[in-house]
Amino acid sequence: MSPNERTPVIRLHDVSKLYGDFRALDAVSLDVAEGERVVVCGPSGSGKSTLIRCVNRLEKHDEGEIVLDGVTLGNNRESRRVIADTVGMVFQQFNLFPHLTVLQNLTLGPVRSRGVSENDAKARAMKYLDRVRIPEQADKYPTQLSGGQQQRVAIARALCMEPRVMLFDEPTSALDPEMINEVLEVMAELAGSGMTMICVTHEMGFARRVADTMVFMDKGAIVETAPPEKFFTNPESARCQDFLQKILAH
Amino acid sequence: MGTGMDSHNLKPTPHGERGKKKARVSRWLLLLALIPALSACGDSFGWYVVDPTNKSGWLNLKFMLSGLWYTIALSLTAMSISLVVGLIVSLPALSPYKALRMTNRVYVDVVRSVPLLVLMLWVYHGLPILTGIQIGAFWSGVIALSASDSAFEAEIFRGGIQSVDKGQYEAAQTVALGYTDTMRFVILPQAIKRILPAIGNQFIYMLKMSSLVSVIGVEELTRKANELSTVEYRPLEIYTVLILEYMVLILLVSAGVRWMERRMLAGERR
Repeated sequence: MSPNERTPVIRLHDVSKLYGDFRALDAVSLDVAEGERVVVCGPSGSGKSTLIRCVNRLEKHDEGEIVLDGVTLGNNRESRRVIADTVGMVFQQFNLFPHLTVLQNLTLGPVRSRGVSENDAKARAMKYLDRVRIPEQADKYPTQLSGGQQQRVAIARALCMEPRVMLFDEPTSALDPEMINEVLEVMAELAGSGMTMICVTHEMGFARRVADTMVFMDKGAIVETAPPEKFFTNPESARCQDFLQKILAH
Repeated sequence: MGTGMDSHNLKPTPHGERGKKKARVSRWLLLLALIPALSACGDSFGWYVVDPTNKSGWLNLKFMLSGLWYTIALSLTAMSISLVVGLIVSLPALSPYKALRMTNRVYVDVVRSVPLLVLMLWVYHGLPILTGIQIGAFWSGVIALSASDSAFEAEIFRGGIQSVDKGQYEAAQTVALGYTDTMRFVILPQAIKRILPAIGNQFIYMLKMSSLVSVIGVEELTRKANELSTVEYRPLEIYTVLILEYMVLILLVSAGVRWMERRMLAGERR
């Protein structure tokens, strides 16, 4: 069964987001099935980040409909619950809590909002730190870690909430080149475990390896959606061809 | 307030640490040197009134020091209340709703524009008439001091909270923390660390302003000095001792604030 035949976890229908007169998102529609890995790319300012930030309502969309696990998102308790239960997010700037240790960063959410006991939360945190391969850093503060390690902690923090969908907002863009791979590896592993993912990234090698679906955005709209084989070898739109040429040139 | 906030971000180098110790020692030496220097001024001083080696001087000193309790109790009580009120007042300022932001503005602007001494007289003499409830001098002082200070604390809190990166709220949201938990575990710990020097400043200011309650009759340091001065006719010596009393208190407080800053900065640094 191909991913597209399964029921969508996330469904965006004609979603628009306006900043004044500027359409950051312009009638975007996208279905993401359980277990599907979507990679979103496009030039800066094309609305990629806005798109995924609308999925967990860090940005509020103005038009259209976003359905998450059967719940239509709006400004209400039910929406907040379904987002909290379903979606995890990793940011470009990591956004770790600098005043807490790595372990405390990981247990805060589960203990305070999931009602997990302190001990269970710690065990869970160590499990995911193991998975991102930095269990030995548990008692350090974020600023004592390298960028790549910090981002892996951020991934572990999101996983500790046991989400069904992970959103990645340019997770390697703030990293030094030699640290990009360790983060991509962790993400690829996660993809291999069947996690539903939407990644905004410029790492085309990673996209080719991991994505089920490539989405190309420009000027707030989705220009092209295709499986990676087709997307990278035979893109339909001229804008997409142009973009790929630019970023694959070097 | 503004200038003090930057200095605590500087990483103390070993050299700076030594420099700090030196500065601390010299501060105390200066203080000790002050007394003989003043007494050397010849006939104009009559230190016997506060000389602990003779009996009446010792009694006078004890009398002056007996005001210490009220000064400390008043400042600590007023500071605690004003921190809580200040925090509560600052939160609506960060709200997306204009009506809430307005309540903050009105409180801060109104309270900040009343001179402290005037507010104190108003609370002590006026408030009982308005409410029919008799409040003593001590609590009048506490109310006036904490109300007045809370407006400043509110601005300090607002600045501190606003200085925390927006990404911290977003991260808190993605691990499903509600408003209260986000504030309590994520935002405020970071904000408070940044505003600690400013809060220390306010506490010192509070200690000094507590001298104004002498006017409504609270038996604190300044009041005691006033009373002694009217019987001994030695204002120069007595008020000099009073200055030293405040100096010692305030040096202790500033040392305490610095100690807390060092403790909070240990470990993480951003």
